[in-house]
Amino acid sequence: MDKGLHIVVCVKIVPKPEDVKLKEDNTLDRANAESVINPPDKNAVETAVSLKERYGGKVTAISMGPPFFDDFMRLIMAMGVDDAVLLSDRAFAGADTYPTTLTLAAGIKKLGDVDLVICGEESSDGGTGNVPPGIAEWLGWTQATYCHEIDYDEIQSRFVVKRSVSTGYEVISIPKPAVISVELGINSPRFPNFYLKQEYDQNYKVTIWDAKALNLDPEKVGLKGSHTTVDSLKSSKGRERRKQFIEGSPKEIAEKLATIILENM
Amino acid sequence: MNKAKKSPKASEWQGIWVVLEHAKGKVSSVSWEILGKARELGDKYDTKVSAILLGVNLDDMAREAIHRGADDVYVVEHEALMHYSWEAYTKVVTDLVEKHRPNILLLAATHNGRDLAGRLAIRLNTGLTADVVELDIEPERALLVGSVPGFGGSILAVIKCEHSRPQMATVRPGVLIAKEPDPSRTGKIHKIAPDIPPDLITTQVLQEIPVETVDISKAKRIVAAGRGIGTNLELVEELAELLDASIGVTRPLADIGLKSRDHQIGSTGVTVRPKLAIIIGVSGAAHFVSGIQDAETIISINIDEEALIFDHSDYCVVADLNEVVPELIEALKARLYSTAK
Repeated sequence: MDKGLHIVVCVKIVPKPEDVKLKEDNTLDRANAESVINPPDKNAVETAVSLKERYGGKVTAISMGPPFFDDFMRLIMAMGVDDAVLLSDRAFAGADTYPTTLTLAAGIKKLGDVDLVICGEESSDGGTGNVPPGIAEWLGWTQATYCHEIDYDEIQSRFVVKRSVSTGYEVISIPKPAVISVELGINSPRFPNFYLKQEYDQNYKVTIWDAKALNLDPEKVGLKGSHTTVDSLKSSKGRERRKQFIEGSPKEIAEKLATIILENM
Repeated sequence: MNKAKKSPKASEWQGIWVVLEHAKGKVSSVSWEILGKARELGDKYDTKVSAILLGVNLDDMAREAIHRGADDVYVVEHEALMHYSWEAYTKVVTDLVEKHRPNILLLAATHNGRDLAGRLAIRLNTGLTADVVELDIEPERALLVGSVPGFGGSILAVIKCEHSRPQMATVRPGVLIAKEPDPSRTGKIHKIAPDIPPDLITTQVLQEIPVETVDISKAKRIVAAGRGIGTNLELVEELAELLDASIGVTRPLADIGLKSRDHQIGSTGVTVRPKLAIIIGVSGAAHFVSGIQDAETIISINIDEEALIFDHSDYCVVADLNEVVPELIEALKARLYSTAK
């Protein structure tokens, strides 16, 4: 195909995990949490852009979140992405995997003519890893998760991917269209081009689609469309620790540690 | 909340089902861990426990599943199931679930387990609690209560799925305890002929690249290294060998390939519960700590006295590891050598 591949990359904007605290009343305190692009999603963007560079075509970034995430979308575009769409509606809030994947799939369907969807393996806040197969199921497409390498066989119109499994790796070939997730750290994401970012800030308007634009029933998205509910939160403390500091010269410390180690083996 | 179109009567959905993962004729330890917990819950709440095995040559594993707690084992043998594919596995498990209506369906939170679970949950129009580290049942409504780590593992969310069935969950390896096989246990093996249309599977497996894996989740002793060691594992390896300990690493060290992923401790790696952990040059980010916080005794060595890891340690050493660890190795050698005599 002369037109190359139309690749959609899914990104999530998440609070920095270490900035999120549990308050006394066991509710989340994210007031001081900085928002960042979910780390493996940057690897997904890099994968998408480099596939475009090899095989031609275009890359569209898609995300679900509030309208002010558009700044992140322009940042992602400055990494070499051609277009950005933000799925934004108050009704989308509080979604678990089920309505999240429904909504993302609706956005991808609306884009039309998509050959490949690339996601990061999981998000650093919720971390289920279930979004990529969920999107694939809604779209009725094939999937390959935890991928390391992705090639496109232009003659067969199939993707050849290397994915990591419990026993090592497997190389599989899947038809298009497909949904793929990539592991964190499989490549070095390029830095956003600062001048391009400025250019987009001034001249590019991120497309925003709400539930109506996606033809989605507000009852089926967000919290209302979710099957699971968060019953409560608690901190994961583990056991109490002594926190006893061992001091002295390296030799003295070593002797004390040796005793402790042999007593606790 | 999603009033699923099936609007299931809870009473029509019974039992706890576990999808068993296996490779080279052996069920993976995480699957036995899940089955062990399912048995415990089954006994506590008087519920049947069933296991699903897909593949070829499954008889021995099916018997072992009974010995390890299953009342019923659904064995589905077919050439097309020899290698995992989302197409065939989703189809076969969906067919079984729709026929037998389990109340709870548990899978391993491994790559293939999540690959399958994410797909199944949408097809079955139900809720999926992913990456559970604690598991219980609320008896009045037979509700699965799963605790899931979020935000790097420092916070646990307690999740329920009240209105849809089956209640699905994937369970993280290493957090539950497997039941030892009891050869006197009895149960029933059901051989199921699957309905797999010939054109169902579009995935072609071109190559399998086995990587020798180690399982550090059961190690009694662990020496864990972080970025503080730089890129040189020699001291860590020497200490580990001396103590007959397994080596664990933080994610950054696995990312740069210093050790393979099966050595990676933490929320995206392995959960370990050793008797003794010696943690060297690790800052102590929540996603690492969540994988090792069940260790009985933790000794940490870090040059930074502010390092978070000290909050999670029994014995803390603020020192240059290149000074202390060689001395420690000498001290241990001297003592181990004298006791050996």
